[in-house]
Amino acid sequence: MARFLANRWISLALVAALIVLPGLILPSSYYFRVGALVFISALAVIGLNLLLGFAGQVSLGHAGFVGIGAYAVAILPARFDVPVLLAVPAGMVLSALVAFVIGRPILRLKGHFLAVATLGFGVLVAMVLANEVGWTGGPDGMSVKRLEIFGERIRQPRDWYWISGTLLLIGMAIAQNLLASPTGRALRALHDSEIAARVAGVDVARIKVTVFVISAVYASVAGSCLALLNGHVTPDAAGFLQSVEMVTMVVLGGMGSLFGSIIGAAFLVILPQALTLFHEYEHLMLGILIILIMIFLRDGIVPTLHRLLMERRS
Amino acid sequence: MSALLEVSGIGIAFGGVRAVDDVTFSARAGEIFSIIGPNGAGKTTLFNLISGVYRADRGSVKLAGAEVGGMAPEQLAARGLSRSFQNLQIFFRMSAVENVMLGRHIHEDKSAWRHLLGLPSTARQNRDTRARAMALLERVGLAALADRQAGSLSYGMLKRLEIARALAAEPRILLLDEPAAGCNPTETAEIDRLIVEIAKSGIGIVLVEHDMKLVMSISDRVLVLTYGRVLMEGVPGDVARDPRVIEAYLGAGLPGSEGSHA
Ligand SMILES: Nc1ncnc2c1ncn2[C@@H]1O[C@H](COP(=O)(O)OP(=O)(O)OP(=O)(O)O)[C@@H](O)[C@H]1O
Ligand SMILES: [Mg+2]
Repeated sequence: MARFLANRWISLALVAALIVLPGLILPSSYYFRVGALVFISALAVIGLNLLLGFAGQVSLGHAGFVGIGAYAVAILPARFDVPVLLAVPAGMVLSALVAFVIGRPILRLKGHFLAVATLGFGVLVAMVLANEVGWTGGPDGMSVKRLEIFGERIRQPRDWYWISGTLLLIGMAIAQNLLASPTGRALRALHDSEIAARVAGVDVARIKVTVFVISAVYASVAGSCLALLNGHVTPDAAGFLQSVEMVTMVVLGGMGSLFGSIIGAAFLVILPQALTLFHEYEHLMLGILIILIMIFLRDGIVPTLHRLLMERRS
Repeated sequence: MSALLEVSGIGIAFGGVRAVDDVTFSARAGEIFSIIGPNGAGKTTLFNLISGVYRADRGSVKLAGAEVGGMAPEQLAARGLSRSFQNLQIFFRMSAVENVMLGRHIHEDKSAWRHLLGLPSTARQNRDTRARAMALLERVGLAALADRQAGSLSYGMLKRLEIARALAAEPRILLLDEPAAGCNPTETAEIDRLIVEIAKSGIGIVLVEHDMKLVMSISDRVLVLTYGRVLMEGVPGDVARDPRVIEAYLGAGLPGSEGSHA
């Protein structure tokens, strides 16, 4: 089973099945919306996992890039008549540029210092989005023009379910490509020993910036999708709580596990919806569940289950 | 044969303490040049200076005639210098074979674009890198454990894994910092054979090792370091007999007492 999951085609097929099968039976657009939110979050979390789980570089401000992607599809079409489909790549390029520029100085920092610096970046983006009222609509946010494909306006959650599911599958495949490459080995290596990686010829500073830029682009695409799904954006999309939620998804699902990113995202998106049954105890229950998982499945849901499977087999 | 590695007058101080002071030596291709000295003599610090981990206060390092002082480790790697670590520096989360594959980084394509797209050329190169890494694991006797997570291997295995990773870079000069420390006699003999074989292939080896029997039997030349300074340099037989060396080692076991005077 463990070996089975390690094969990239099989794990891609598994993700495809997890997207397609529910898509065939979900009863209402409420469920499609939740599904789309899971896929969009998972996309951002895969990107963050490359940085945090695989390369071991923490970012507490990654929602800043979600915000850039979200506001790119809000502002560019509304203020500059840029087609929505072009606004998404424009947001990706902008996020990549911002990540590249701040990446070099910030990623020289380690541990807590890196955490605080990235946190500062996220707070800065959220503040700019809240304060530049003329551009962004301020704290109340702004509405987002719907995506149009062949003259059809895409606004049904069901459509977004399939679009974001497809993007998730592509994002997963790209991340797999990266991890199986020299760049992927280098970024995993520097997690364990920067000095050994450097002695082996890895330009550690460059690889860190590369993975930071890549993870920023994942977050940006997720932000664009989120804004287009909701038809509205607020600065909260880039807020600190969003950044923390992304990190929680990575850790819960499993650092260094792509499949774990999807599970972590599904967990934190679906569970609060399910727990609304418990009314005022909703947050309490969620908190307790997270604590229990971290105590009993310390390496995250997927890696721990994976290990248990391996142990049972041998 | 001209010197592959020339170190001259190199030194560094930590808070006023000169850990390495005015050290000069050179090592040639295909020879085993050993550095010995009591604990804290500055051997590892010397390696850190040569490999760009520390920046020297003074002195110079030349690699194949070109000045490389002040270069970063990754730049030195590209120029053919590789090393192992006294305190293991293993990529514990990666498999054994991936550790060795990483060692080939300088020979691999660096384009992240191509890597993201998963082009056939990347896949082809991956297969080639893996095949070469497997051959090296075979050479150090770890082929059967290739896909095991490095974190699950024993200490002696990891010591050999480090050598395999360093060799993967196809270095011209290899610095080995106590490769046999903490290994049992069988493993030590294995590493002994491996080092001789590497030197035979034309790679220059600078070896730091506490196992005097190993040092005296395989070294071409030996340099003795005490308190960061060169005490003497010579062929193993002379070094083992030198009264200053014997004195420096008093209490730490006489190097000549078990040397085979090769
Ligand atoms: N980064 C550092 N900062 C301060 N002092 C250091 C540093 N690195 C080494 N030293 C000091 O330099 C001296 C030489 O240490 P080094 O590790 O080079 O010795 P060594 O010959 O390798 O010893 P051993 O045989 O125990 O490995 C020691 O006194 C050590 O405390
Ligand atoms: Mg040492």
